[in-house]
Amino acid sequence: MDALLEMKSITKRFDSVLALDDVSMTATEGEIHAIVGENGAGKSTLMKILSGVYAYGDYEGDIFYKGEQCRFKNIRESEKQGIVIIHQELALIPYLSISENIFLGNEQAKKGVINWHVTHQKTKELLDKVGLREDPHALVSSIGVGKQQLVEIAKALSKRVEVLVLDEPTAALNDIESENLLNLLLELKKEGITCILISHKLNEVLKISDQITILRDGKTVETFPNEDVDENRIIRGMVGRDILDRFPARDVTPGDVMLEVQDWNVFHPEIADRKIIDNISIHARRGEVVGIAGLVGAGRTEFAMSLFGGAYGTKISGTIIKDGETLSLKSISQAIDKGIAYLTEDRKQYGLILDETICRNISLATLKSVCQNLTVDEFKEKRVAEDFRGKVDIRAKDVLQHAKNLSGGNQQKVVLSKWLFADPDVLILDEPTRGIDVGAKYEIYQIINELARQGKCVIVISSELPEVIGLSDRVYIMNEGRIVGELSKEEATQEAIMERIMEH
Amino acid sequence: MQGYIKENMRQYGLVIALVVIAVFFQILTDGVTFQPRNVSILILQNSHILILAMGMTLVIVTGRIDLSVGSVAAFAGAVAGVLIVRMGVPVWLGIIAALAIGALAGAWHGFWIAYRGVPFFVVTLAGMMIFRGLTMLILDGLFVGPFPASFQMMSMGFIPDIFGGDGFNLMAVAVCAALALLFVIMEFRKRNISQKYGVGAEPILIFILKLVVIVGVIGLFAYWFGASDGIPNVLVVLGVMVVVYSYMANKTILGRHIYATGGNPKTAELSGIKVKRVVFWVYVNMGLLAALAGLMSTARLNSAMPRAGTGFELEAIAAAFIGGASPYGGVGKVSGAIIGAMVVGIINNGLSIMGVSVEMRQVITGVVLLAAVIFAAFTKNRATKAKASLETD
Repeated sequence: MDALLEMKSITKRFDSVLALDDVSMTATEGEIHAIVGENGAGKSTLMKILSGVYAYGDYEGDIFYKGEQCRFKNIRESEKQGIVIIHQELALIPYLSISENIFLGNEQAKKGVINWHVTHQKTKELLDKVGLREDPHALVSSIGVGKQQLVEIAKALSKRVEVLVLDEPTAALNDIESENLLNLLLELKKEGITCILISHKLNEVLKISDQITILRDGKTVETFPNEDVDENRIIRGMVGRDILDRFPARDVTPGDVMLEVQDWNVFHPEIADRKIIDNISIHARRGEVVGIAGLVGAGRTEFAMSLFGGAYGTKISGTIIKDGETLSLKSISQAIDKGIAYLTEDRKQYGLILDETICRNISLATLKSVCQNLTVDEFKEKRVAEDFRGKVDIRAKDVLQHAKNLSGGNQQKVVLSKWLFADPDVLILDEPTRGIDVGAKYEIYQIINELARQGKCVIVISSELPEVIGLSDRVYIMNEGRIVGELSKEEATQEAIMERIMEH
Repeated sequence: MQGYIKENMRQYGLVIALVVIAVFFQILTDGVTFQPRNVSILILQNSHILILAMGMTLVIVTGRIDLSVGSVAAFAGAVAGVLIVRMGVPVWLGIIAALAIGALAGAWHGFWIAYRGVPFFVVTLAGMMIFRGLTMLILDGLFVGPFPASFQMMSMGFIPDIFGGDGFNLMAVAVCAALALLFVIMEFRKRNISQKYGVGAEPILIFILKLVVIVGVIGLFAYWFGASDGIPNVLVVLGVMVVVYSYMANKTILGRHIYATGGNPKTAELSGIKVKRVVFWVYVNMGLLAALAGLMSTARLNSAMPRAGTGFELEAIAAAFIGGASPYGGVGKVSGAIIGAMVVGIINNGLSIMGVSVEMRQVITGVVLLAAVIFAAFTKNRATKAKASLETD
């Protein structure tokens, strides 16, 4: 069989970070080609290159489609060729109807006047095809996520699609909805549509794919046909790297239990009957680094933020005991006062004020301690910031530089400094090394070790399994809002963690 | 030094714009604008803009706006009128009651905006209608006045000349000299501390130039006030307000929290700042200042009127934006509000000297507002570029 689509030696950098390194893949006509890999392996980036989100010239390497080289400048050009991508986050407009969404940007119009009869009729046909029984006039916001996913596919089909790319299509769906979606993909395959499927759910991959490509750390590991393959085989491929000494050693023996969380339940802030955190109980010791592993969407961030003075969720129930004292935290400032700090996973949106100076970002959560009476002592504030700049090695001209002009790693160090200055006993770090380079990662690991040495208790949430394993004394595994496993440092291997996630 | 100038272009740009506009009107009015007598009038007639601009700058820093200030000002004036003139309540009590009413009006807006999440535009637009209507109701659509002399003193009086200068007010000269001295001493102290801690002191040449210019401006005011009736009482009120609000915005935790709320509310929230509370109090403050502005203009006109304060909100918003506040929140200074208010004041005053109609005045103020914001965007780009190039060096 001839290759329909070939991506050859694709390399993509974000500033200095190498996201894709010499990645190649080949898809033949009418097959379902699965791409698997850990978070950050480069799957989504690869698909964004294929669909022209990253324009030709932004990356190195070549794409051949039907034997011709492609130089897509934007999504429109790739769609013209019949390559349509459905992103992880749905791109539907909630307060437009199904038909309006399907023909958005592709309106059935003559001289600018939309023919609604044609639009609705065509929508009806498309909905029949994807097996969705809904009124084309219904607002997208009124139907569930599973149905919205089908609308996305109907929208793709409305555009003469030849290659359909789906990025984690079943991540937000329940079992029945997922089942329906997978069956639909098999139907489309019969019609000759080639499908590229990115998925974390290995059982789904095994069920429907013809070929499997594994990516790891931005590189292609292997491509093999889906014959006599089981999940373990794939997991080995996904995580099987040589773990070099990427984590500085720490010689701290954890002490007494400092933090205990019991029967913790949290509900969604808007959809009040949706349980996000389901009866979680954990504990952490003085001088201990506790990891929380899990896939994106497992509820780790929501759990951490709900502990942090109820920064997330409603109807929070359960107890937090710190140093023998039961805390009832009604606000974030109370949590900070009681020695709990939470470093956000999204430093730009939630961690920094980008238009402010390093100095003011560091003092933000603890202004009181640089104050005399009511007045902020700006000199003391600057001294503190300068101090951290040296200690944590923030690479900047001075502390009056604005946060937005720093690199990712240095920005992260500023946010970290903010919380170090608050001097908490319990520090929850949510994806502390996301999107920063290897050197800065190592420095942050050293800071974490230093905190443990000082007898603080550090909880690290990370989607990078090697990181969780390398850093933690103990690992909790979370899936769908619950703790599904607890492993000691000795037991914690990538296979063991993945197995526990997949079992549930 | 060139780097320093480029980096701080935004600040200097504002001052330069103010000077250009001032000189422009001085020429257009054949020198009337800066005659001592007119400077007094200019201050008396436009004091409310400065008061409102300071409050509005804080509201804008949180990323919001308040459309209701004109109506709240009128309502406060009307309350004072009804209490003092119709019911014979003592002046001080009437003033306190009016200010309290203003703060309550602000609290009403703040409650819905901060705690109930109603869009600020809707809430303050509703407030604009509600308080205008209430003003008309309690005044029965009539003018209420005249007020006792002690009430009028608030915005019409001058500080008495205890030195008994003959034809030239020596008190004004003495006060200005004292201020200039105080300013120079404080600047030197600040510079010393900066150098001691090794943090960004400005180049010596610029420092001296700044001192000379500011002392010169104070001297100019000494001449203006000395040659007319002396220092207006209202200027004392304004001076106190400027000091208090600058201090609050720059030096206190509350001030920092306001800027953080505007700069990135999510980050502020996750840093333990009670964002809702901050927004609430910023609106309460705006209501209070609106009431103060309303009292001042009522005192100046010596009557409470159903249509008082019309357009105040627009003048205040214009002054804040001209003064460099960012519509996206997080940016804006009290010092900028002062300059913005002066620009609006000079334009108002200059155009009325020239006999330009009210309609045309609006057109011109609008054009200046747009020009100021475009100019600000331009200088900001230049400054950021300069800064970025310094940082990558």
